[in-house]
Amino acid sequence: MENQNPVPKVIPKVLVLRPPPVFRFFEPRYLDKFQFLKAWESPIPTEEFLETHAASVAAMLTSGFNRITADILRRLPSLRLIVTTSAGLDHIDLPECRRRGIAVASAGSIFSEDVADAAVGLLLDVLRRVTTADRYVRAGLWPLNGDYPLGTKLGGKRVGIIGLGNIGLEVAKRLEAFGCSISYTSRTKKASVSFPFYQTAIELAANCDILVICCMLTDQTRHMVNKEVLKALGKEGVVINIARGGVIDEKELVRCLVEGEIAGAGLDAYEREPEVPKELFTLDNVVLSPHCAVFTDEWLRNLCELLAANFEAFFSNKPLISPVAI
Amino acid sequence: MEAIGVLMACPIMPYLEEELDRRFKLFRFWNFPHKKEFLKEHAHSIRAVVGNAFAGADASLIDALPSLEIVASFSVGLDKVDLVKCKEKGIRVTNTPDVLTEDVADLTIGLILATLRRICESDRYVRSGLWKMGDFKLTTKFSGKTVGIIGLGRIGLAIAKRAEAFGCPISYYSRTKKTDSTYKYFPNVIELASNCNILVVACPLTEETRHIINQQVIDAVGPKGILINIGRGPHVDEPGLVSALLEGRLGGAGLDVFEHEPEVPEQLFGLDNVVLTPHIGSGTVETRTAMADLVLGNLEAHFSNKPLLTPVV
Repeated sequence: MENQNPVPKVIPKVLVLRPPPVFRFFEPRYLDKFQFLKAWESPIPTEEFLETHAASVAAMLTSGFNRITADILRRLPSLRLIVTTSAGLDHIDLPECRRRGIAVASAGSIFSEDVADAAVGLLLDVLRRVTTADRYVRAGLWPLNGDYPLGTKLGGKRVGIIGLGNIGLEVAKRLEAFGCSISYTSRTKKASVSFPFYQTAIELAANCDILVICCMLTDQTRHMVNKEVLKALGKEGVVINIARGGVIDEKELVRCLVEGEIAGAGLDAYEREPEVPKELFTLDNVVLSPHCAVFTDEWLRNLCELLAANFEAFFSNKPLISPVAI
Repeated sequence: MEAIGVLMACPIMPYLEEELDRRFKLFRFWNFPHKKEFLKEHAHSIRAVVGNAFAGADASLIDALPSLEIVASFSVGLDKVDLVKCKEKGIRVTNTPDVLTEDVADLTIGLILATLRRICESDRYVRSGLWKMGDFKLTTKFSGKTVGIIGLGRIGLAIAKRAEAFGCPISYYSRTKKTDSTYKYFPNVIELASNCNILVVACPLTEETRHIINQQVIDAVGPKGILINIGRGPHVDEPGLVSALLEGRLGGAGLDVFEHEPEVPEQLFGLDNVVLTPHIGSGTVETRTAMADLVLGNLEAHFSNKPLLTPVV
């Protein structure tokens, strides 16, 4: 005989240590699908909270700003999935995840376009002085001081992309339409593209006018853009960073900008966010944005859907939507 | 050619001024407070006028220069030159097309991105220390948005080519439909404005296109859309635009030109959804030098009885 009473569905638990920026939009939308264990709301220390409440938790949601260390993972014996809202993975102890058999899903390539748009926007702003010219107009200086100083043409410039992943490719596609020539450096040469490849960042910098940093932050890429690379780029060179602050030796970059060793920079990432070196605030050849290359309303909508889809797939024993190979 | 009188209508660029001074007898119009007296004394020797987007050769100036043979404009737009009068009197007119097309199109995309992605505002956010208090707001994606272009000439086409690389569908309005274009044509500006997210003004300023962006068009773009003007200030009903922005009826604007440059409506200074640039569309060292060389080349050609490089009349 068929059971007339529907079995109450168990709402799976998802652990959240600290809320990612997207959480305040995600939580209300998916309250009926997931039970969020909010560690930050508890008065007891996180370690104790995990031991007391998270022993059976199989899935976790994190932002790119939370460090998911081996220590934290040790307190989560049942954890099988980490979903991060970032594309970057440098905040997660991946070797430990691999050892434990914990799957990781990221925000993948859903925001490659937004980030590429931001990179081009920053580059155009630096070369054509959009933000400083806007400041000039708002200060009432146009009638007083006359025409604003000239900028630099983008067309014909040689653009060197560091890291030709999804974001790097979208940047290349856009800048080609402006008449730029593209070259790149990457862990490995990409057989599917015809852009000139350079083994090292120094060689790339020596052969281009503009460096656009689009790579992940790893042990190999930390401080990759250093004194030698900036010197190779030269006095007319421009650096655009929409990746991670740690890829650049920030102190050296600031020195080069202040002393005129490079021509300008457009930065969306810094070594110790939200700290930004004060010396940059007095410079007109620098455009600063607060790590928001990703933050558009379309990104938010797509991200919420992607996060939910990954969790739903996991809890239904289906393949993850955007798994990361670790 | 040192005896040939050339009148420069306004300050343009040191390189151009120096070269004109070197090659011709240069008169800097702005240095003479008493224009009538100046013209009385020197008009007969002036055979060329060099102007730009701010000052050119209107009917009264042309009438005052009986020896005028050529007007060489340091611009592609010729709204400051009385073309009808020049044609009547057999005065040649040249401009600077092509050399500035790319820079103007580049700035257009720069304005779109700065307006939608709030780049200027986010730079202010960082410099004022606000980032320490919290994250910046969400902005509006550019890639994939529909771009509607008024005027599909050299500049309009260059803008379209760039926007296409962002996956933007392109539509346009033009006096006549372009038979060789695959972009979507709209027979009037209101329909174009109603069917795009980003409306770009890229047509010449003429009697017909003055205030082509009026209240109805602005309302058709609406609170979710933005207006980008890299044409001429008078293309837009400026007071109407300001009210629409203040009242939230228009989503935002990126403006490189204004009705009474260098005056810019102060009510715009407090708005975060506008980007204001001081007519820098062609403002790069490379392009302005190329424009100056074209002006000089046209003058040299004319006075050597050779074919003009870029004649319009």
